Amino acid sequence: MVAVPAQEAAPAALKAEVKDLSFHYGDFQALKRLNMPVYEKQVTALIGPSGCGKSTFLRSFNRMHDLYPGNRYEGEIRLFPDNVNVLAPGVDPIEVRMRISMVFQKPNPFPKSIYENVAYGLRVRGENRRVSLNEKVEEALRNAALWDEVKDRMSEPAFNLSGGQQQRLCIARALATDPEMLLFDEPTSALDPIATASIEELIHDLKKKVTIVIVTHNMQQAARVSDYTAYMYLGELIEYGVTDEIFIKPKKKQTEDYITGRFG
Amino acid sequence: MAYAKNLAEIRLLIASHKRWDLFFACVGVLALMIGVLTFTALFVDMAIKGVPRLDWDFFTSFPSRHAGRAGILSAWVGSTLVMLTTAFFAVPLGVAAGLYLEEYAPKNWITDIIEINITNLAGVPSIVYGLLALGLFVYQFGFGQSILSAGLTLALLILPVVIVATREAIRSIPQGIREGAYALGATQWQVCKDHIVPYSTSGILTGVIIGMARAIGETAPIITIGALTFIAFLPPSPVKAEAPFVSFEWLTSPFTVMPIQMFNWTSRPEAAFLVNAAAAGFVLVLMTLAMNGLAIYIRFRLRKKIKW
Repeated sequence: MVAVPAQEAAPAALKAEVKDLSFHYGDFQALKRLNMPVYEKQVTALIGPSGCGKSTFLRSFNRMHDLYPGNRYEGEIRLFPDNVNVLAPGVDPIEVRMRISMVFQKPNPFPKSIYENVAYGLRVRGENRRVSLNEKVEEALRNAALWDEVKDRMSEPAFNLSGGQQQRLCIARALATDPEMLLFDEPTSALDPIATASIEELIHDLKKKVTIVIVTHNMQQAARVSDYTAYMYLGELIEYGVTDEIFIKPKKKQTEDYITGRFG
Repeated sequence: MAYAKNLAEIRLLIASHKRWDLFFACVGVLALMIGVLTFTALFVDMAIKGVPRLDWDFFTSFPSRHAGRAGILSAWVGSTLVMLTTAFFAVPLGVAAGLYLEEYAPKNWITDIIEINITNLAGVPSIVYGLLALGLFVYQFGFGQSILSAGLTLALLILPVVIVATREAIRSIPQGIREGAYALGATQWQVCKDHIVPYSTSGILTGVIIGMARAIGETAPIITIGALTFIAFLPPSPVKAEAPFVSFEWLTSPFTVMPIQMFNWTSRPEAAFLVNAAAAGFVLVLMTLAMNGLAIYIRFRLRKKIKW
C-alpha cells in the first residue's frame, strides 16, 4: 500500500512509522492494518469520506482512545528518533501526549485567561517560573500568529476571542510545549473562510518547526497544505503518496472517484 | 373528521387547536398558584402574627418561662453552628464522592448500583437518619447529644444532594475541555483540580446551599439525637483570648436549633408563645430564603464567567 515515490527523493527523515495498525471500538474494527510513514517537518493529510476512520487514526497517535473503555489497538506506531512504539502497553499515554500535541475540530479553549490557556501545558510539566512562562507563552502566540492581536489582553477570558482566534489560541497552547508532532483534527471545519485561510497559512509556516498530521474533509485544503496525502475508506488505507501525485494522477480508481467528487 | 380542505376549514381547525393552548395555560397557572399561594398565605399569616414580636431583644434573649422575655439566641446560634459543622463535613465528602463517580469510577454495574443507591438515599425519610445517628454518633462514637452529632447527622442527610449536584455540574462540562487538557499530557488528577472542580464550582455551591437550606429546617433527626428544647446558655466560644485562640469545645456542647425552638413554643398552651413561634418561624423562613437567594446569586455570577 505504501508507495513513496522515488523521484521525489524526499530529504525528510522518518518521524513516525505506522505498521499494521488496527483499532477496535469494542467489537467494531475501525482501522484495518494500516501502514504508512510520517515524514519529519512535512504535512501529512488524511482524507476520506465520513466514518472512514481518519479521525480514529489520528487520535491513535497520541493515545486519545485510552481515555475511553473498550478500545483496543493492534500493530505499532513507531516514533523516531528513539524508535519507540507509542502504542505499546508499557508506554505511558501521558508521555506520548507530552511529545505529540493535538488541535481539535471545535476550538476548545479552557474557560481561563488567554495567558493561562497557553501556559497550561507548561504548568502541567511543572514550569511555574513567571519569566520562562512569559517567554514561552509569547513565543507560542507569535508562532500561532496571534500575538499581535492578544498581547494587550492576556488576562481576558479566552472566550472573548472569535472562533478563528480561539482556534489559533488552541494551536498556541499545543505549540507552547515544543511538541515533536502536531495533530490537527479537522481544525477549520467550525470556522469561516477567512479564519480557515489564516489557519492554513499557519500550518504552512509551522511545518518548518514541527511534523504535522492533519485530518480534513476539504480536499482543496489537503491539496493546499499537505506534502503527503493518505486516502482512507472504511477503515482501510487505500492510497498514500505525495500530495501532488495523489491529486493529479492517483493510482487507484477509488481515490480518483473521491477526489474528483464522483463519490463521497 | 376528514382533513381540512379549504382555507375556511383550516382556520376553524387552527382555532379549535388553539383552544387547547388556552386550556393548558389555565391549568398550568392554576397548578402553579396552588403552590405559590399556599406558601404566600402561610408566610403572610406567620408574618402578621410574628413580625410585631420581632425586636433586638428577641434575637439576644434566651428562652424563658415568660413569653414576653423569651428569645431565640440559643436557637439561632445553635442553628448556625450546626450548619457550619454540616457544611464542613458534607462539602468535601460530597464533592469527592461526586468527582470520583464522574471522573474516576469505571462505568460498570457496580457503579450503576452505587448511583441508584445515592439517588435513593436522597429519598430516605430524615427520621431514619436520626435513628442511625442516635445509634452511631451519639452512643457508638460517644459524641453525645452535641453540635457535632447534629452536624454529622445533617451532613449525612444532605450528602446525596451534594453528590448529585456535583455530578450534574461536572457532567455539564463539555468533553472537549477534558480532551484538550488530556491532550496536553495532564494526568487525571491535574484535569480534575485545574479544570473539572473550578468549572463546576457554581453548580456545586448551588447544590450545597440548597441542601443546607433543607437541613436548616430539619427537626425530626435533630430531636431524635436529643437536642434540648430549653437551653439558657451558649456553647463555648470558638475564639479564645489566650493561645491557641481557637477552641473546638463548642462541638461537644448541648444545643438547640430554630425549628426545635419553634416546636417547643407551639406545644405551649399560652397564646403568647404561639406568637413567639410565629416570629421564630418568620426568621427561619427568611434564613432559608436568604440561602436560596445566595445560591441563585452565586450561580448567576459564576455562570457569567463560564459559558459553553
